Amino acid sequence: MTAAAFGFSSINKSFRSKDGGDVIALHNVEFDVRHGEFVTVVGPSGCGKSTLLRILAGLEIPSAGTVSMGGMPVSGPSRDIGVVFQAPVLLPWRTVLQNVLVPAQIQQRDMAGATAKAREYLDMVGLRGFETKYPGELSGGMQQRVGIARALVNDPKVLLMDEPFGALDAMTRETMNLELLRIKERSGTTIMLVTHSIPEAVFLGDRVVVMSPRPGRVTQIVDVDLPKPRPLDIINSDAFGAYVSGIRGNLQAVGGLD
Amino acid sequence: MPNLVSYSQTPNGRRTLVAAFFVLVMLAWHFGLRVFEVSPLVFPGPVDVAKSLYAGFATGEYWEHLGVTLYEILVGFAIGAAAGFLLGAAIGQSSLLEAVLYPYVVAFQAMPKVAVAPLFVVWFGFGAASKIVITATIVFFPVLANTIVGLRSAPRDQIDLMLAFTASRWQVFRMVRLPQSLPYVFVGLDIGIVLAVIGAIVGEFVGSQSGLGYLILQRNFSLDTPGVFAILVVLSVIGIGLHIAMKTIARKVIFWADSFADLTGA
Repeated sequence: MTAAAFGFSSINKSFRSKDGGDVIALHNVEFDVRHGEFVTVVGPSGCGKSTLLRILAGLEIPSAGTVSMGGMPVSGPSRDIGVVFQAPVLLPWRTVLQNVLVPAQIQQRDMAGATAKAREYLDMVGLRGFETKYPGELSGGMQQRVGIARALVNDPKVLLMDEPFGALDAMTRETMNLELLRIKERSGTTIMLVTHSIPEAVFLGDRVVVMSPRPGRVTQIVDVDLPKPRPLDIINSDAFGAYVSGIRGNLQAVGGLD
Repeated sequence: MPNLVSYSQTPNGRRTLVAAFFVLVMLAWHFGLRVFEVSPLVFPGPVDVAKSLYAGFATGEYWEHLGVTLYEILVGFAIGAAAGFLLGAAIGQSSLLEAVLYPYVVAFQAMPKVAVAPLFVVWFGFGAASKIVITATIVFFPVLANTIVGLRSAPRDQIDLMLAFTASRWQVFRMVRLPQSLPYVFVGLDIGIVLAVIGAIVGEFVGSQSGLGYLILQRNFSLDTPGVFAILVVLSVIGIGLHIAMKTIARKVIFWADSFADLTGA
C-alpha cells in the first residue's frame, strides 16, 4: 500500500454552543487518503464535513485525535494545500490574473514562474483571455473557476474543496464537475471535496466518505468502481444509480436524512 | 404637456428645465421681497447679493480671505483624516486597543467642538493654527469610526481563505482588510470634508484676523447683509466643490465597489 497523502486518526471536535453546552461536531473520524486519490465527503448539513475540511486546512484544531499530512502532524495552515470554498471570495480590486497569484504572493514564490503557472491554470479552467478582467465582470461559474485556478497556482499536494459548486445552477454545476475531473486528470493532485449532493459525490469520487450528523461521524466508505474518464451520461447507468441509492439507503438507515 | 414631459427626459431638456427652475427661484426671491416690502438690510435680493459677490472678487477683497480659509480647511482635514485613519486602523486591528481607547474617543466626540473652540484659540492663538486644530478634531471622528467598521467588513470566508494559504496577520491586513475598508473610509472622508468647512468657519468666528468667517462677522457688524449672503454663497460652493472632488477621487480609487453609492446614499 502506498503512503497516505493525509489521514485522520480518531478525530473528535466539539464546539461550545451559545447556551453553554458542548456540541459534538465530529466523533471518532478515521480514514486515510492515498496520493492522487479523489475523495468526496458527503452528508447532510450539520454532519461536520466542513469542519473536517477546515481541520485539514489548519483553520480549526481538533479537540482530540491527530491529522497527518505526508507523515507529519498538521498544526496549522500548510503551503502544500490549496483551498476552494463555496463562495469564490475573489478580491474585487484585483484582476483575474492578480487574484490567481494571491497564494503565490502570500508564500513569496518566484512571481515570474507563478505568473506562467497562473496563465496555464487559467487556460486549463477555460478562462484564457480573461486575465485582465475584474471579478465583477464575470459570472458566478467563471468566478469559481478563477478560485480553482488560484487554489492550484502553487501546485499544492492536496486540494480541498468545500461545496465548491453549491452556489451554481444545476447546468453550470454539471459542466464544472466534468471540468474538475479533467483538471484532476491533468494535475494529478490529491483532492478532498465536500458536498451534500450524493450524485455529485459518486460522479467525482474514487471513494465516497459518507457522514451522518448528531454527532458527525463516518458511517460508510464506498469505493466507486466506475470507469474513467467519466462521461456525464454515466449518471444514467445502473451502476451509478446503485451507488447513489446505496449511499442514500445508508444515510436513511443511520437517521442522517430527515 | 406630453411634449414637455418627453422633452424633460432628454439630457438637453433636463438641463434646460434645471436652468429654468433656477431663474424662477431667483425671480420669486427678487419680486417676493418687493411684494412683502422686506427691507434689504434684513434680507437682500438676488441682485444685491450678485453685485456684492462680483465686487468681492473684482476688487480682490475675497482672494486673501478665501486663501486663508481654504488653507485651514485642507490642512485641518488632512491632519484630522490622517489621525482618524491611523487610530481607526489600530483600533480596528486590536480589540484590546478598542476597549482601552474607544471610551475616550467617544467622550471627546460627545463634547461639542464649538464649545471647545475658545480654548483652542487660547492655546493655539488667533492665527491659522487654532482653526486647523478645530477642523482636524471635527474631521477626526467620522473618519475614525468608518475606518474601524471598514476594517471589520471583510467577509469571514475571505480571511479564512487567506489564512489557509498561510497568510500572516499583516498580509491579511494589507491584502484584504485595508482595501476592503476603503469604501467605508471614503464615506468618512466625504462626511469629513464637508464638516471641515464648518470647522474652519467656527474657528474664525471665535477669534481671527482673516478668513471668510472673519469677513462674515465684519460685514454683519456693519449691517452689510448682501455681503454676508455673498460669502455664504462662496462657502456653499466650496463645500460642494470639495464634496465633488472627494467623490471623484473615491470613484477612481475604489472603482471596484459598485455599492459605494449605496453606502453613501448618494
